[in-house]
Amino acid sequence: MRHFLYAAAAVAAFATPVAAETIAITGGRVVVGDGTAPIEGGTVVIRDGKIVAAGATVAIPSGARQIDAAGKWVTPGVFAGFSRLGLAEVDAVNGTNDKSGGRSGFSAAIDVAPAIDPFRSPIAVNRSSGVTRAVVAPESAGSIFAGQGAIADLGADGSPVTKVRAFQFAEFGEEGAASAGGSRAGTHLHFRAMLREAQDYAAGRGTFDDDLLKAEDAKALLSVLRGDTRLLIHVEGANDMLRLMELKREFPAIKMVFVGVSEGWRVARELAQAGIPVIASALNDLPATFEMLGATQSNIGRMKDAGVQVAIGMINDRDSHQLRYTTQYAGNIVSLQYVPGATGLTWDEAFAAISSVPAEIMGVGDRLGSLKAGRAADVVVWDGDPLELSSAATMVIIDGVEQPLGNRQNRLRDRYARPTEGDLPKAYDR
Amino acid sequence: MKSNFRWSLLAAPLALAACTNTSEAPQSASAVPAENLRTFDKNPYPSTYKAYPGVATAIRNVTIFDGEGGRIENGVVFFANGKVSGVGGADTAIPEGTKIIDGTGKFVTPGIIDIHSHLGDYPTPSVEAHSDGNEATSPTTPEVWAEHSVWPQDPGFSRALANGGVTALQVLPGSANLMGGRSVVLKNVYARTMQGMKFPDAPYGLKMACGENPKRVYGSKGRMPSTRMGNIAVNRQTWIKAQEYKKRRDSGKDYTRDIGMETLAGVLDGDISIQNHCYRADEMAIVLDMAKEFGYKVSTFHHAVESYKIADLLRDNGVCSAVWADWWGFKMEAYDAIPENAAILHNTGACVVIHSDDENQIQRLNQEAAKAQADGRRMGFNISDADVIKWLTYNPAKALGISDKTGSLKAGKMADVVLWNGNPLSVYARPDKVWIDGALMFDASTPKLRPVSDFELGQPGEGDVK
Repeated sequence: MRHFLYAAAAVAAFATPVAAETIAITGGRVVVGDGTAPIEGGTVVIRDGKIVAAGATVAIPSGARQIDAAGKWVTPGVFAGFSRLGLAEVDAVNGTNDKSGGRSGFSAAIDVAPAIDPFRSPIAVNRSSGVTRAVVAPESAGSIFAGQGAIADLGADGSPVTKVRAFQFAEFGEEGAASAGGSRAGTHLHFRAMLREAQDYAAGRGTFDDDLLKAEDAKALLSVLRGDTRLLIHVEGANDMLRLMELKREFPAIKMVFVGVSEGWRVARELAQAGIPVIASALNDLPATFEMLGATQSNIGRMKDAGVQVAIGMINDRDSHQLRYTTQYAGNIVSLQYVPGATGLTWDEAFAAISSVPAEIMGVGDRLGSLKAGRAADVVVWDGDPLELSSAATMVIIDGVEQPLGNRQNRLRDRYARPTEGDLPKAYDR
Repeated sequence: MKSNFRWSLLAAPLALAACTNTSEAPQSASAVPAENLRTFDKNPYPSTYKAYPGVATAIRNVTIFDGEGGRIENGVVFFANGKVSGVGGADTAIPEGTKIIDGTGKFVTPGIIDIHSHLGDYPTPSVEAHSDGNEATSPTTPEVWAEHSVWPQDPGFSRALANGGVTALQVLPGSANLMGGRSVVLKNVYARTMQGMKFPDAPYGLKMACGENPKRVYGSKGRMPSTRMGNIAVNRQTWIKAQEYKKRRDSGKDYTRDIGMETLAGVLDGDISIQNHCYRADEMAIVLDMAKEFGYKVSTFHHAVESYKIADLLRDNGVCSAVWADWWGFKMEAYDAIPENAAILHNTGACVVIHSDDENQIQRLNQEAAKAQADGRRMGFNISDADVIKWLTYNPAKALGISDKTGSLKAGKMADVVLWNGNPLSVYARPDKVWIDGALMFDASTPKLRPVSDFELGQPGEGDVK
């Protein structure tokens, strides 16, 4: 009974937004998201769910719904570079946590897409903070290959997946070694052996008796081996990155993207040379593990200076619930510019690192992540500098559709703004 | 109760040493005949912290948040001999021979105080061998002291100083146990020993925990408690024993020392404060009744994600809530957490402390407070910057019983001072300089004034900006 009641409430809370319309947002400080400077008093025009134009001199189509953004900021939605968004309602409540499918007996074949639940409250909470897209990855368990992740949108509708099987996710370093028998030697052996099994499968030679992979896993890895699917690899330490770059030379078709990368600055030149993009944790600065001894908040700035393509992501850092930290993290990277000896990003670069750059790294920069013409109309209007702690999103548009900004937390807030009970118990107050 | 036998067994060998080092009598000593007076050293691991030398310093042309809700534009802060000696407006006289720092465009606050940290007890690197925060072998371990787990080489202390402006912190045992043990307050100054970091004359706290953690840890071992009612039952049984222990101790008759019971009796004496991990509002209300039942006071509910639901009750009981800005959803008892928690508490007149419980967020307590302030503003609660700084300075000092010594910029208090390169409630601000007891312990412009723990010496990134 209780479950039914809850379900009914949830449906009401996620009323379907109105369909895409033609919208002109005028007068705001427009941030395109590609690293260029904000445009004062700019206009953003949206039609059929796409950006038509964004700039200082943009014609407003007749019949467009006009939104006055004077005094506000208008940006692409935040593109969370790494997350487990939509995979858990309450992390420690197993029935609601779909992050890891490791005990299924499968590894690379696991596809998180059906587990991304758009009705879970983290979607609504992070949407109301201006996050509109997210890279969603499975967690690993028992294999270095965790499975296939997706790119999701945070729209209040029943179809969260923008791009299914957008990448394969793998664990290297300490976590990978733990899955591969306890040694990094095992990680590399597993990596090679599994890829060889995938090739055997393609050639019809797979036995799948004593193999590391099941047929479905082999199919998924084949796509990685051919370079059709990106391989996102969680790696933190300098040595692990150097060794991975050697593997990359062995398997040149694999499109590697490094995630985490706390010691990236130590091998920044090599990363740039190898053309490996990174989705980096922004603020790691502690030796949490021995593979993170060199962690510093200046990591992202130093890598960027060395020519590495760098986006911000939040691996293993409240990555199912707090993607709304993304703007705060980017703001912190900007603040480093004012710290003697530290290396940060300019504001424009930092915003790009949470919008266009992650989209580009994931191969969808032509469709998502900025306010350039033709991109999906993921647009956020903010009441101030979006990287500043005092600011909030006042309007969120995804695929051209204005989104509801309410969430469960707002309801609790409203109920308890004055905590003392009135004429009836709080349970009647809604 | 199995656990109670356990304390007695542990305590027995220590009893002989009870009288050897007498420095302080129990509070109730005057009530007992002198010949029966049993005294023991209440402070057997005393602080050896000494303030480092400083120079008389004045910061002028600076915006001051005094930590008690005051704000002075274009003000002057000066300190000498380790103490704040003056705070005022532009016309404040600065004694001759004082080093002058121009604070134009900058902000001064008291040192940030984190009331909830596990630095030293769960240090980085976070390896199993460093996991010293939970004596998860019995649901009640009031006999353990967090200070005996503190590793003074934790690299986290330096990050809290340099990025967070943290000058003092309470290190607590973890929350596996209903009664986790004694906390310790540290000065955020590296030392070779724990004693060298210990905040002089800070009262002890007792860490207690409600809810999911104790019942999960022990329930999963097939032991009591496995339910919330079990949690309270074990607590009450233990408090009854503590009352009996205190009665015997105060009777002047011979008794066997029990270090766990000494801590609980210290709580009943009012010497040791209760620092109670508790998420849910309904459980906090039960704890408040339990405290009345046994005659102790709760200083602070930690984590307290549902405090907003009973802000009036907490106000009326004079209990602080130490909270995050916006953590939620990681466990069932954190499901109803809302970002407006702090603002609703403040608006209702209850005490707010922003805490970290985290080696990363301890570096950004100012930012967490700023987010909580902004969420309040959006619901129509305008809380001034100066009041928000109080959440990080005076309020935690008060909840720890050290507000007579630190926590605000008042003449005579410890010169624990942070100069920020901008408004600390902005994401773009960082500490420029940090003084502890008037000694310059961090200076962003001076690489030599960036502490490097033994662990990081000779490692990649030694002395880096971090």
